[in-house]
Amino acid sequence: MKRTLLMFIAPTALFLLSPLVLNPYWVDVLNNVGLYAILGLSLNLIVGHAGLFNLGHAAFYAVGAYTAAVLNTRFHVPVLWLLPLCALSSGIFAAVIARPIIHLRGDYLCIVTIGVGEIVRIALLNNVFGITGGVNGIVGIDRPSVFGIAIRNPHEFFYLIWGFAAITVFFFHRLENSRFGRALNYLREDEVAAEGSGINVAHYKLACFILGAAWAGMAGDIFAAKMTVISPESFSFWESVLMFTLIILGGSGSIPGVILGAFLITGLPEVFREFANARLLVFGAAMVVMMIFRTGGILPPRPRTYPDIDAPVGEGRP
Amino acid sequence: MEVFLQQLTNGLAVGSIYALIALGYTMVYGVLKLINFAHGDLFTIGSYLGLTLLTSLALTGRLGALAGILCLALMVMGLVALIGALLERTAYRPLRQSPRLSAVVSALGASIFLQNAVMLIYGARFQVYPHDILPKMPLDLFGLYIPLVKVLVLVAALVMMMALYLFIQKTKLGTAIRAAAIDQGAARLMGIDVDRVILIVFLIGPALGGVAGLMVGLLYGQINFTMGWVYGLKAFTAAILGGIGNIPGAMVGGILLGVIEALGAAYLSIAWKDAIAFCVLIGILIVRPTGLLGERVAEKV
Amino acid sequence: MSLLSLKGLSKSFGGLMAVNDVSFNLAEGSILGLIGPNGAGKTTVFNLITGIYRPDQGEIRFKDTPIMGLPTHRIVSLGIARTFQTIRLFQNLSVLENVLSGWHCRMRAGSLRAMLRTPGQRREERRALERALEMLEFVRLRHEAKQLAKNLSYGNQRLLEIARALATDPRLLILDEPSGGMNEQETGELILLIRKLREQGITIFLIEHRMSLVMKLCESIVVLDYGAKIAEGKPDEIKQNPRVIEAYLGSEEGEGR
Repeated sequence: MKRTLLMFIAPTALFLLSPLVLNPYWVDVLNNVGLYAILGLSLNLIVGHAGLFNLGHAAFYAVGAYTAAVLNTRFHVPVLWLLPLCALSSGIFAAVIARPIIHLRGDYLCIVTIGVGEIVRIALLNNVFGITGGVNGIVGIDRPSVFGIAIRNPHEFFYLIWGFAAITVFFFHRLENSRFGRALNYLREDEVAAEGSGINVAHYKLACFILGAAWAGMAGDIFAAKMTVISPESFSFWESVLMFTLIILGGSGSIPGVILGAFLITGLPEVFREFANARLLVFGAAMVVMMIFRTGGILPPRPRTYPDIDAPVGEGRP
Repeated sequence: MEVFLQQLTNGLAVGSIYALIALGYTMVYGVLKLINFAHGDLFTIGSYLGLTLLTSLALTGRLGALAGILCLALMVMGLVALIGALLERTAYRPLRQSPRLSAVVSALGASIFLQNAVMLIYGARFQVYPHDILPKMPLDLFGLYIPLVKVLVLVAALVMMMALYLFIQKTKLGTAIRAAAIDQGAARLMGIDVDRVILIVFLIGPALGGVAGLMVGLLYGQINFTMGWVYGLKAFTAAILGGIGNIPGAMVGGILLGVIEALGAAYLSIAWKDAIAFCVLIGILIVRPTGLLGERVAEKV
Repeated sequence: MSLLSLKGLSKSFGGLMAVNDVSFNLAEGSILGLIGPNGAGKTTVFNLITGIYRPDQGEIRFKDTPIMGLPTHRIVSLGIARTFQTIRLFQNLSVLENVLSGWHCRMRAGSLRAMLRTPGQRREERRALERALEMLEFVRLRHEAKQLAKNLSYGNQRLLEIARALATDPRLLILDEPSGGMNEQETGELILLIRKLREQGITIFLIEHRMSLVMKLCESIVVLDYGAKIAEGKPDEIKQNPRVIEAYLGSEEGEGR
């Protein structure tokens, strides 16, 4: 990791300074990239590491966003303080939803997650519990403030969002290279063998759903604060598809891949304006092509490194 | 009582459409163990092609209502079948040896591609089918007034399902399809040309889906590029309900789902109508994943 | 002391009786072989013991505690590890990571400690790595640690599966046709390895088709046919048992000598 770190320092520094030179439109584009990066990383735990096909991730995003919106507009709790609550609500929601469906086989689980995403969206549209505001959603969400500094314009949001993204990368990198991360990979490779090696497969499937959902919930909080208005149309099936696609295209199971994916799906349509209308068309085709030629995505994960593997041989015994 | 019967016929009509689409899912799943996400979009393409052919060729003007529609249906079936075969060749065949989930992603990509292609070609707004094709006079059946088009849809769907059932059960090719669905490897060893079987499945399934699209256009008058998504998911629910891979199951599941949905919309709530299908889906997968008639494939350890 | 005891174990699948009233005991520190013609129900017995199937009837006791109905991962942590008849390695992961999976159930750190990298977690990771390398050393695969599992030779893949099972720190090791695909030399090394394991105090229970291996290695043998136990005893007795001979006559394998 050390060498890779050094290689990244210069571009990262440039990136961090970019809001000072770019115009607000492009900074906002980078903000969207950041949000998708966070969402992508959260979904990556589920799809990339555990190999579970979740096409309803927007539902967790929505639960977080609406939790923030409702609690902020009704009880005036500052938005950033709501981060843990949004994580909790999305996490609990995921726990409840995933529990009965987690044992389903890959393609069935996929369909059910689509269904869950749609049910959530329809529920939001129908003003479920009387608090979601129906098709117009919720307006008047406060802007966030950090230590008294209000965050209002795009370049202030840039540092908030990418700061959060950096924290996400930091923790998720550690998670990948741990017993937890390995367990997810084992169950992705062969569930029966994983269970047979003593890994509680059901527990880990549920755990990655909950953790991924909790993180998406926090992303939802930031999104709500950024837009100050949220409505069900921001959490449609297509949002889930975008999140899923960015992982598949960028690199499934790899942090750099997911970040690249976020840049691709947000940035490319901006750079190629005529492309923007046909962007889903291109992404669809790209998914087919990617599966045929390069299943891992553009930046597939590199094998984990372990220290001292090549150290002198010791006395072996069980 | 009259509301009930009215809704029942509605349910039967939409249910037979779900059944026709569901057959496409179930046949492909049976042979390839793949959920063809793009199937719903083939259904959409069928409805748009039907509209284009109808208006540009003015078939009903030239041949009369019923003959015109029959001709239209055959053309739509043929064209969508070809697109289906092309889809299989480009997006699924290269992945035959790959892990199953790669094929699922490819199917998803193909679906997104096709749906957006339709949108770019035809526009995002609703398109309208001509109203005056069939006589408006409703038929008087047992005291109920049912529009002719609904009866036509029901009858046509039933005829096609019957034909398919007989084909699958009684013909050599049909038996080959069933064999390949049970065990592809063994079928191959028995001398069955599995590639040909897969091709046939990708001709019949899409054909049925396409003609279902035409029926939706005739029945409801309005079509939209996102239809495939909603109808597709519901038809898939129907296929699961009847037992995925099970052909009579898809027929039963489709009709059943249509009726449940119609009655639910009438007696419960119309706003949550779409959610009903999803709830049925999730419920079935949790409670009885093999469906009403289907069978599970066990994994040998 | 019986480490493992089966009493009246039965399991059927849709009318087919795969295991029919099977009973026997496995003494601690011994090597027991389970043989029988194809389809006799041997792997089903293994699957019942390891919790993949639930018995219809009967009892399985490990260290005198009933274990029927427990989930597989729980049975592993109690001390029963297994290998599979068809090799089930994590093909796209490294040899080292395959073995690490075995030690998973002996570790404690979850997602929170992982993200915080507590000192306890770091210690645990180091210990896991050491242990995995020891296991690899034991099966003489240490030099392949970084290699992907799918790139190993068939015989080495079988050894890797054993290493992974050993990493769970088992009292009882269940091997399902461990010599499958091995040549004479590899089989000889396997026998030595299993004997070494027994010296370390691990009880071995194995299914084998290779009669030479069974006769050389096992102290006692249980024979199944059509799901029922037809014989039990020392290798010499089994060799001469007329029911056993009859069961094998007419079946393809069985180079019984």
